[in-house]
Amino acid sequence: MIPSKFDYVAVDSAEAAIAALTEHGDEAKLMAGGHSLIPLMKFRLANPTVVVDIGKVQDLSYINDGGDHIAIGALTRHMAVETSDLLKAEVPLLAHCASQVGDPSVRHRGTIGGSLAHSDAASDLPAALLALNGSVVAKGPSGERVIAADDLFAGFLENSLADDEMITEVRVPKMAGAGWSYQKFNRRAQDWAIVGVAAVLNGSAGVGLVNMSSMPMRASAVEEALAGGASHADAAQKAADGGTPPEDLNGDAEYRTHLAKVLVERALTEAASRKS
Amino acid sequence: MTAVMGSPRLRKEDPALLTGENKFVDDIQAVGQLWMGMVRSPFAHAKVNGINAEPAKSMPGVYAVYTGAELMDMGLWAAPLPCAWPVTPDMVNPPHYPVATDEVHHVGEIVAVVLADSRYEAADAVEKVEVDYAELPAVGSVEAALTDAATAHSDHATNKAFTWALEPNPDGVNDAFANAAHTVTGEFLQQRLIPAAMEPRGVLAIPSPHGGDITMYTSTQVPHILKVMMAATTGISEAKIRIIAPAVGGGFGAKLNVNPDESLALTLANKLGRPVRWTETRTEAAFSTHQGRGQRQKIEVAADADGKLLGVRVHLDADMGAYMMLITPGVPLLGSFLYTGVYDVPAFGFTCDGWFTNLTPTDAYRGAGRPEASYAIERAMDMLAQKVGITPEEVRRRNYLGGGDAFENLDVASTLTFDSGHYGPNLDMALNMAKIADLRAEQQRRRDAGESKQLGIGLCTYVEICGLAPSRALAGLAYGAGGWEAGTVRMLPTGKVEVVTGSTPHGQGHETSWSMIVADKLGVDPDDVEVLHSDTAISPLGLDTYGSRSLAVGGVAISMACDKVIDKARLIAAHQLEANPDDLEFESGRFGVKGSPDKGLLIQEVAYGAFTAHNLPDGMEPNINEQMVFDPPNFAFPFGTHVAVVEVDENTGETTLLDYIAVDDCGNQVNPLIVEGQVHGGIVQGVAQALFEGAEYDEDGQCKNPSFLDYLVPSAMEVPSIKTDYTYTPSTSNPMGVKGVGEAGTIGSAAAVINGICDALSPYGVSDIEMPASPMRVWKTIQDAKAGA
Repeated sequence: MIPSKFDYVAVDSAEAAIAALTEHGDEAKLMAGGHSLIPLMKFRLANPTVVVDIGKVQDLSYINDGGDHIAIGALTRHMAVETSDLLKAEVPLLAHCASQVGDPSVRHRGTIGGSLAHSDAASDLPAALLALNGSVVAKGPSGERVIAADDLFAGFLENSLADDEMITEVRVPKMAGAGWSYQKFNRRAQDWAIVGVAAVLNGSAGVGLVNMSSMPMRASAVEEALAGGASHADAAQKAADGGTPPEDLNGDAEYRTHLAKVLVERALTEAASRKS
Repeated sequence: MTAVMGSPRLRKEDPALLTGENKFVDDIQAVGQLWMGMVRSPFAHAKVNGINAEPAKSMPGVYAVYTGAELMDMGLWAAPLPCAWPVTPDMVNPPHYPVATDEVHHVGEIVAVVLADSRYEAADAVEKVEVDYAELPAVGSVEAALTDAATAHSDHATNKAFTWALEPNPDGVNDAFANAAHTVTGEFLQQRLIPAAMEPRGVLAIPSPHGGDITMYTSTQVPHILKVMMAATTGISEAKIRIIAPAVGGGFGAKLNVNPDESLALTLANKLGRPVRWTETRTEAAFSTHQGRGQRQKIEVAADADGKLLGVRVHLDADMGAYMMLITPGVPLLGSFLYTGVYDVPAFGFTCDGWFTNLTPTDAYRGAGRPEASYAIERAMDMLAQKVGITPEEVRRRNYLGGGDAFENLDVASTLTFDSGHYGPNLDMALNMAKIADLRAEQQRRRDAGESKQLGIGLCTYVEICGLAPSRALAGLAYGAGGWEAGTVRMLPTGKVEVVTGSTPHGQGHETSWSMIVADKLGVDPDDVEVLHSDTAISPLGLDTYGSRSLAVGGVAISMACDKVIDKARLIAAHQLEANPDDLEFESGRFGVKGSPDKGLLIQEVAYGAFTAHNLPDGMEPNINEQMVFDPPNFAFPFGTHVAVVEVDENTGETTLLDYIAVDDCGNQVNPLIVEGQVHGGIVQGVAQALFEGAEYDEDGQCKNPSFLDYLVPSAMEVPSIKTDYTYTPSTSNPMGVKGVGEAGTIGSAAAVINGICDALSPYGVSDIEMPASPMRVWKTIQDAKAGA
C-alpha cells in the first residue's frame, strides 16, 4: 500500500498535459480523479515514474448540448454526470450509470474521461458508451480525432490512444424517448459489477456488457438477434456469445454466462417498458 | 436529578473522534524515529536458505537491515511469543519467535526487518532484500492437515496439536442416541474471517536510554496483558515498561494478541536507543494479524418423537494456523459449553482436535468460539424441526431450559451454571415484531405461485457466555491468567470525580458508561466524571477488554468502588455533622441527617473536607481514593432471539435481507444507546460471515482474497434497518445485574440468516448451504438440487 517513488507534474491545460506526455513517453501516466491509478500504484502494480495531474485543468469539465449529441468534458466528475438535468432528459442511461459507479466519494473524484481511458471491463461507463454508440475526442500533438466506442477499447486495461494522446471530450447521441436500462449485479453497492448490462432500444438495439470479457464488450449476438426479430428472451440467450468471462471468487465462467442471460433479458424488458 | 442509569445518553467520546482531535498510534510522532519495514515470506511453507540484505542496506534512508538469524543473535528475546492457554498438558506448541530463521510457516511471516528514516524508504528497501527460499509442501486447509500427508512444521510427525474433550456423561450420550426417535447430523464449515478494524494495527516504541525505561504506544485491546507478556518474553523489567493504547479504532479480538511487530519495536528501540515504529498496511493485515473462526464442525442431535432433545454430540476440527498465539487453542473451548444452546439437554459430549496448517494463526474474533457453537446448534434445531414436522419456534419452545419460564442459577449439561434466563417471552416478542403469521402466509403464497423470489424466515435463539471471567473457572480451563478487573474512584478536591479503569476501551464507550455508573451512585453530574484508562502508568491494574467483560466485570468494579467511596464519605460526613453514621441518608449526592432535613453535606463538600483533612475522624487517612478489584463468582449468560427475513432470487442466487428483528437480553442496561450500537454492529458482523466474508486459500496456502477488492466487508447499503427490542433479566453474577452485549449480535445473526436461506430454499430440496452464501454459491446449490431431484 506504499507506492514507489515518482515525479509529480500538475498541468493547467490539455496542451500542457500532452507536452508532458510527449516529453516522458510511456514512463508517464495521466491522473484525473486518481481512483483507478492510485490504488494500482499503492499495490505497486503500476509504477509510473511521472504522474501528470490533469485534475486542475479547468476547461475540460462541462456538459453541453451539441445538437444531435451531448458533449461532456473529459474531466467531468461522475457526480456531475449523475445529477445533470440535461443528461437526465437527453441521455438518461448515462446519468443513471454514473450514479452506479463506486460510492459517493468515488463519484465526487472520479471522471468520465478517466474511467473510459482506463478501459476496465469491470467498469460501468464503457458498457454505457458502447450501448449508446458514443465516441470520444482524443487530442494529441498533431490535433484531435474522434474515436468511436467500438474502437476505443483495445484489450485488458488497454485503450487505443497513443502514448501522447488524451481524451478531452465524450460524445453521446441524444436518446430522448428511447428505451434504456442498466442492470448492475454485484454483492455490495460499492463494488464493480460481477456482470452488468447497458441496453438502449432506439429503433435498433445497443447492448454493452460489463465484465464478460477481458475488455468492455458489445453484445453483438444479442443486437443481431433482435435486429432479426428475435424475442427478448431468445435474444438474451446469446448474451455471452463471443465473450470470455473472467473467473474470480464472485463468479466463474458458468455463473457469469448465466447471469449475462438473465440480466440481458431484464435489461431489454425494462428498456422496452421505458420506450415512449 | 433525572435518572442516569438506563437513559440513552450520547457518547462523551464522539466529538473528539469525529473531529479528528483524538490521536491514534499513527498520529503520534517521535523525534529520531525509525520505521520498520518487514520482509515477509511470500510462501506458506519454505526453507530459508539464505538472505542477502546488502542491496537494501545501501538504499537511501536505511539505518539497518537485520535478518532473522541476526536478530536472534542480538539476544532480543528471553522466550518465544506467548501462548497463554495451553489447553492440555501435552499440547504441541512450536516456538514462535517474532522472526523466522530457517523455516517459514505461513505467508507473511517475517524473515528480515529494515529500519529506515521513513515509511517509504523502508518499503523501497524491503523490495531489495533477496531471500533464497526452497518451497516445502504446504498444509493449505484443515482438511489437508487431517491427512498428515504434509506437516505444517517439517519437524513434526503430525499436524495434530491437541485433543480436548468435555464429556461429563459419555454413557448418557450413547444411550440418548440409542433410544432416539429422531437424529440429525449437521456438518458445517466456519470459514476463516479476516478481522478488519477501521484502524489497522500499529506500534511506536520510545526508549529513554538514560532513564532505562521504555514507552510503547500500540493499537491494542490489552495493554496490561501486553506489558506482562513483553516483560516475560524480552527480559526487560516489567517496572520499566509502560504501555499506552491511545485512541484505538476497533479491535474485535484481533488486537488482543502479543504480536511479532510489537515485540520487534520494543526490543529494537530498547537495543538501539531510538524510537522504532510500524503501521500495518491492509495487505499486511491480511497475513500478519490473526484471523477468526476456522473450524469444521460436526454436530449430532438425538430427540424423541416429539422433538424433545435427548442428547447432543459435537466434534470439531479446529484450524490453529501456523502457531499458537495468545489464546489460539482456547477459542474452541470458549464455544464448547454452548453447543447445547438454550436447551434442556440431558446428555452432552464435545471433543475438539486442534490442527496446525500453513496459514495465518487463528485467535479470538468477535464472539470467539460462541458464534460457531450457536450456529451449529441453531442450524441443527431447524433440521430437527423439519424432521419432526413442527415449526422452528415450536421445536425451540419444547426444549427451552426452565420450560421457557424464568430461572436463576441453573445447572446445564455442559457443566456450567447459567446465571439467569427467561426465554419464552423473549421469543414471543421477536415473533410478534416479525409478524410471523403474515410472513408465513406470504411465503406460502410465493411458493404456491412458483415465484422466482422465494421468502425465507430464519430464527436463532442464542445464549452466550461472557463477562470473562471467574479466575477459578479460568484456572480449571488451564488459562494462564485471572479474570478480575480493577477500578478506582477518586474524589478530587473540587468535587469532580476521577475514575481509573483497567478495562481498555477501543470503541465501546467506557468513558460514557462508567461516568453514568458513577453519576448514578454518587449523585454527581456525568460530565463531572473523568474516566482514565489504557495507560499502564495511569491504570496499573487491569486485565483489559475482550469476551464482553468490560461492563460485567470492569463496570461492576467501578460501581463497587463507588460503594466504598460512599462508605468513607459517610464516616466523614457523620463526623462533621456530629451525627451517627447510621442516621445519615445518602440521596442525590447529599448526606442528610434523618429527621433534620436542613442538616446535611453534599458529597462534593465531603470530598473537599477529605482533601483539607482539617476535620476528619481520628485515624482516618486524608482523601477519598477507593479501589475495587472484582472477581466475578460466575460468567454472565446473555440471550436473545433473532429473526432474519430473506428473499432469495432463484434466477441469480442473490439473497436480500428484507428485515431483521433482534430481541436481546443483556440484563440491566446502563446506556440503551450504546447497547443498540453494539447490537447493530454485532449483527452486521454475523451477517458478514453468513453472506459476504471468508478468507479463501488455495492448496499452497495462498490467500486468494487478501484485499478489500475481493474480501467483502459489508457496508450500510447491504444491511436493512434493524428492528431491536429488549427483555431485561438481571444477572445473578454481579450486583448490577448486568450482562455483556458486545458479541451477542454476532453470536445470533449468522445462524438466523443461514436458517432463513435454507427455509427459502426448502421447496427446491436444499437443506444446507455453506457460508458465505454468495449469489454464485446459492445459485449453484439450487441447480444441483434441481438436477438431483
